[in-house]
Amino acid sequence: MSSLRVFWRGLLDENPVFRLLLGMCPTLAVSTAAVNGLGMGLAATAVLVASNILISLMRPIIPDKIRIPCYIVVIATFVTMVDLLMEAFVPGLHGVLGIFIPLIVVNCIILQRAEAFASKNGVFLSAIDGIGMGLGFTLALIILASVREVLGAGTLFGLTLMPAAFEPMKLMVSPPGAFIGLGLIIGLINYVQNLREVRRRA
Amino acid sequence: MDIKKLAVSSSPHLHSGATVRQAMLLVMLALAPAALFAVFHFGMYVVAILLTGVLAAVLAEVAILHFLKKPLSTVFDGSAALTGLLLAMNVPAGAPLWMVAIGSFLALAIGKHVFGGLGYNPFNPALVGRAILVASWPARMTAWVGPGLVTSATPLALSRAGEALPPYSDLLFGFKAGSIGEVAVLLLFVGGVFLIYKKVIDWKIPFFYIATVALMTWALPARGQVAYFAGDPLFHVLSGGLIFGAFFMATDWVTTPVTKLGRVIMGLGAGLITAVIRLYGGLPEGVTFAILIMNGLTPLIDRYTMGRRFGVR
Repeated sequence: MSSLRVFWRGLLDENPVFRLLLGMCPTLAVSTAAVNGLGMGLAATAVLVASNILISLMRPIIPDKIRIPCYIVVIATFVTMVDLLMEAFVPGLHGVLGIFIPLIVVNCIILQRAEAFASKNGVFLSAIDGIGMGLGFTLALIILASVREVLGAGTLFGLTLMPAAFEPMKLMVSPPGAFIGLGLIIGLINYVQNLREVRRRA
Repeated sequence: MDIKKLAVSSSPHLHSGATVRQAMLLVMLALAPAALFAVFHFGMYVVAILLTGVLAAVLAEVAILHFLKKPLSTVFDGSAALTGLLLAMNVPAGAPLWMVAIGSFLALAIGKHVFGGLGYNPFNPALVGRAILVASWPARMTAWVGPGLVTSATPLALSRAGEALPPYSDLLFGFKAGSIGEVAVLLLFVGGVFLIYKKVIDWKIPFFYIATVALMTWALPARGQVAYFAGDPLFHVLSGGLIFGAFFMATDWVTTPVTKLGRVIMGLGAGLITAVIRLYGGLPEGVTFAILIMNGLTPLIDRYTMGRRFGVR
């Protein structure tokens, strides 16, 4: 598999949020504002790339029977590093994301990539896979968070976007808005994909 | 030989002639007196709200059907117009028109068409629209007004605050604050009985719904009180959206159980939830969420109350 294909697969065809429905917990919880989505996505990407590289390197020495605990130790190490780094350099964002940064340890995207890809492929491809999947996660979070922020607060990345007469739709920044927004976006993506397939066959 | 004449179709072979369109028109007819009373009670602005609700719903139906490349024929069955009318009757009389239009559109889009259209929606579309509006613009959806669009509290809110309540006759005839459709309790009751007489709706859901609310609000002490069996059931039956919800929302064909026992359970469950929300919940009124929760339970209720076929263990 070419490295370019591995990269694009994570970003689009096998987008972890919109296609594989992984990492739903942070996706639904932190996508209230685009900045939070971006921060969460990049933090998860950093952990994912680092853990993919290390797990790929450690392939020969990880015993098969206890591989999951080994992955978790590796991932938890990087999450702790990211957590402390964010607390030191972006304390504001760290405060907003709160518990969801330590929870990256149990983010199923990262464990799934370790199990499904990094443990079977070389270091370079695993790094590319981590970047692709991480950016795919980030992209999905930004899309969902942008929709929610624009409708629910009238802003995008904190900048006022809507006219003064606009009354924010509070539902969209509350938890039900996350489910409704995600469902509609996935539905739209499926709809467009079906259209393209029908056209390709015609 | 013409093979088409011999084609075998599945039962039923006899048709009563009842159509969706006919039923929807009957429901609108049953709602008309209460809607007219609201215009008389609140003022002409209510006409604008009702028209906006219906028009936005029909336009949304046309636009969504066109987008999904489905036949436009279902526009004329009146189901979209009825959803719009019910949604418009579910907002305060001073609601801004843009909010009514958004509510109508979302009722059709998220309440009905994302699930596949009429007959496939698990939740009552008009109540989905109302729930979205309540969650999105809570201040506007609780900005209750009385005649002349003057701000005033609903009887249930007055009861919560421990203030003097209007007399029962005002509650019955509709001289109070509240949603457009819920005030004229007597006219709604007459409309509901008309629908039962015409066999559009089943008596079981409204009867058990209202009876359960009456029983529970009589038996249980409200928050801050201690005496059991000392409540005011008549006040609770005549206040809020209970009569409106019980006859016109909880009886929707699509989103309520089809079995006889299931309908009894639907009424009991909705009554229980409504009473608990009214007596102990954070909101003064619980009809919307009671019916939506029971809508969600409907497939389960149907599965467990479905009769056994002969010969099947």
